[in-house]
Amino acid sequence: MSILDKILGRDEEPADGDGPKNEAAGYTLKIRRYDPESGETAFWHEYDVDIAPERSVLDGILYAKDHEDASIGIRCSCRAAICGSCGVRINGKSALACNTRISDAQAKAGRGKPIVVEPMGNMPVLKDLIVDMDAVHWKKIQRVVPWLLPDGEPPEREYIVPAESMIDVTQSMACIQCGVCVSACLSLEVDPEFVGPAALAKAYRFVGDPRDGQTEERLRDLAEDPHGMYDCTHCFACIEVCPKDVAPMDQIMRLRRRATGDYEIKDKNNGYGHGKAFVDMIENWGTLHEAQMLPRSFGDGSMIKGQTEPGAVKQLVEALPTAIRGLKSGKVTPKAVLFHPKLPDQDNVRKIYKAIESQGERLELNLYIVADNSADEEGAMAEGTKEGLA
Amino acid sequence: MPQHDVLVIGAGLAGQRAALAAAETGASVGVISKVHPVRSHSNAAAGGINAALDPEDSWESHAFDTVKGSDYLGDQDAIEVMCREAPDEVLRLEHLGVTFHRSDEGKLGTRAFGGASAARTYYVADITGQALLHVLYEQLMKHDEVTRYEEWFTTALARDDSGRLAGAVTRNIRDGSLELFTAKAVILATGGNGQIFNPTTNALICTGDGIAMAYRAGAPLMDMEMVQYHPTTLAGIGLLITEGARGEGAHLLNAEGERFMENYAPNKMELASRDVVSRAEQTEINEGRGFPDGTVALDITVVPRHRILQSLREIVNVGRDFAGVDITSEPIHIKPGNHYVMGGIKTDIDGQTDVPGLYAAGECACVSVHGGNRLGANSLLDTLIFGRRSGVHAAQMGRGMAQPTPAGSELAREREAIQSIISRDRSGRRLSEIKAEMGKVMDEQVSVFRDEERLRGALEVVKRLQEEVKTVAVDDKGSVFNQDVLGALELQFMLDNAECIVMGAIERKESRGAQFRTDFPERNDDEWLKHINLTADGDIPAVSYSDVTMTQWEPEERTY
Repeated sequence: MSILDKILGRDEEPADGDGPKNEAAGYTLKIRRYDPESGETAFWHEYDVDIAPERSVLDGILYAKDHEDASIGIRCSCRAAICGSCGVRINGKSALACNTRISDAQAKAGRGKPIVVEPMGNMPVLKDLIVDMDAVHWKKIQRVVPWLLPDGEPPEREYIVPAESMIDVTQSMACIQCGVCVSACLSLEVDPEFVGPAALAKAYRFVGDPRDGQTEERLRDLAEDPHGMYDCTHCFACIEVCPKDVAPMDQIMRLRRRATGDYEIKDKNNGYGHGKAFVDMIENWGTLHEAQMLPRSFGDGSMIKGQTEPGAVKQLVEALPTAIRGLKSGKVTPKAVLFHPKLPDQDNVRKIYKAIESQGERLELNLYIVADNSADEEGAMAEGTKEGLA
Repeated sequence: MPQHDVLVIGAGLAGQRAALAAAETGASVGVISKVHPVRSHSNAAAGGINAALDPEDSWESHAFDTVKGSDYLGDQDAIEVMCREAPDEVLRLEHLGVTFHRSDEGKLGTRAFGGASAARTYYVADITGQALLHVLYEQLMKHDEVTRYEEWFTTALARDDSGRLAGAVTRNIRDGSLELFTAKAVILATGGNGQIFNPTTNALICTGDGIAMAYRAGAPLMDMEMVQYHPTTLAGIGLLITEGARGEGAHLLNAEGERFMENYAPNKMELASRDVVSRAEQTEINEGRGFPDGTVALDITVVPRHRILQSLREIVNVGRDFAGVDITSEPIHIKPGNHYVMGGIKTDIDGQTDVPGLYAAGECACVSVHGGNRLGANSLLDTLIFGRRSGVHAAQMGRGMAQPTPAGSELAREREAIQSIISRDRSGRRLSEIKAEMGKVMDEQVSVFRDEERLRGALEVVKRLQEEVKTVAVDDKGSVFNQDVLGALELQFMLDNAECIVMGAIERKESRGAQFRTDFPERNDDEWLKHINLTADGDIPAVSYSDVTMTQWEPEERTY
């Protein structure tokens, strides 16, 4: 199909049409090019690629390299989402090019619009779609002491450990170090020093491993680091983009639960107090009492106990302008500070707390153990895409 | 001019294991890789690693299965070494942090694998290779006495006046600079050459670089005709569905819904050796009992759903993302596809090639432990055992030796060769077109069933392409990440590999292991129970033979 036909074909389709995709579909990739040797700034170039809808965006880029311009720079190897080379941003969203279907990317881009491919974010671009992983991603991995530190000499045979513990850390072992979560991380955008989702998931891989002898030291280190485990803002971006379902943010939350619940590490970042304040308030009222959030967080989680953490006084003073702004804008009122209503069915909330607390162990969801929910979704997705395939 | 005692080229499992082993002896070690080490193709070995670790099992049983799997072409001394050392190596990796699957008692647990008489495959879900690779890389990050040259592409080996290996010429991909590294020993751990074929399960980086460089440096290649077609790959793109699926109990069905392995391997069924299963599938397809897309079906739905989700998660994703199939609820269409080269650079059990100072380990090497057909889950083991042995031997060999001086002008010659590719104007076909023609002819004429006529035809094509690639031009004229010019060098490497594969296949006038000649359909131990060695010699490789080492297992008829 010629480029002209293709464009005409697209134009002829009704704008609100939801009909089946053209089987011999052509696509247009709009790739951000950058040549550090040219002295020019980055620029956009469009490539028409003629591949089947079920092939990947990477196949599209390779098609452009094979047929039109082999100087397009992209790291890629396995084509199967296991080597982690081809992280890019597609229509603004971080992903592996090899496991993003080109027809899905087209649907996101919108009919008749090019599929936009850019290098990953939060890392310096070296050339075209190639970023400097060493300067950011690997530096952060190195930061979390990424090797097992067992106590003493190894046993004669294998370490005997609970089967579940190995399955538990397998979720973070499944990480392929592609950097897609690093690219998508909003906290990293604000604080480039943030250890970040990939490295913290890697840290959990050791914290969750019963063979490691430095669990508390690792947790304390990452709790006390102002750019450590409490620097995550729970935006879920890393979970959404991770091509391997590692769910880095879940691993960060596990680090926090281990640090607070198992080791009661009262960190100078008030992560401990903040988490405790949250839990206590929901238990009391069912909803957050926003006005008490700051003082409780800085006060070891409690208004009554007051400032047990000397460093927190300074932070509390620093937070005053925020409180004043809230008062001025009407977001916080004196009444709201003093009174906070309970939920009508607060008793049920307390029952949930009781039920959880009566469990001997903390219930942790894990991809490899409790996989049925996500699997059902995947099943449904597969159902939706089965049509048209042999 | 960077100098090391031991220079390792390639940083997959064999290369990393060699580097760590050499460094443990106190040697200065450099490890060069054209990709970041964790991008290496060892990642793709999903199913597991074999070891007779269970007290009920024995290394002799593992060794016999391997010998039989090799169709008696494997060297039994090397197989004995590998199987004997397997348990300690698996324990070593466990101690370093590999999150191996556990039994209910918390001990290492196993799964069944093809061609094995016991369940002796240790695994991490279906990411075993990835887990091993990442754990070894953790150790490289820990041990900074190993200098890592990540994203450096080696173009040629360098020798000294006496002909012994002295170093390698390597291009820094990031800035295009070319360096001559010197070393007392060079260990090639550059992996396989599956990209010669299209489709293939192999990653784009598997271009046989080390095999070709060793061949050009005068090292013999052995049994290059032995190319494994894996029984379960996706049609078209060639992606791998792990043998772990059949290990967990999945069935193979033809289009008539028949479990056809009953007719080929009534005892082992789907878990016969890979060559046997691939031939069975191809026979079903050729005789019209396959699906219209040239496939048969792998039915994983017979495996309990929770088991699939726990231990075959990766292929749930592959099915969903690359075939649009939910493998937990319906069969997936598969066919035999290029997967692994049993042949490679001829080495002894310490990784030494016939060129002094040059070692090889992993898929690029041919010890030979796989002979005519590799058993599933023996490849990870091969990389670790012979990677380690090479590293130790190379370091010891270099102790007390003076740093060698490369003779001649390899650096200047390589610089000129690269520059001439970059500066050349286009006069013929694109690189991608030459590669595509090679991939097609190899898959059509040098695959599961072979015969003299089609092999001769393939050789003609390969020789023509070797000429054509000499004048190929590239689009990228820059220095930074010029992947285009590296692609041209890789294509030259691949064509050397292809030539040797076809030559070996023509030479071996029998059917053994992965080599099935329709014009010589029987195994012929009287004439062909021997290795075929190819040495660079002008226009066409020189052929010689070497004996297969037998220790305790006489060749028998091979049935499953």
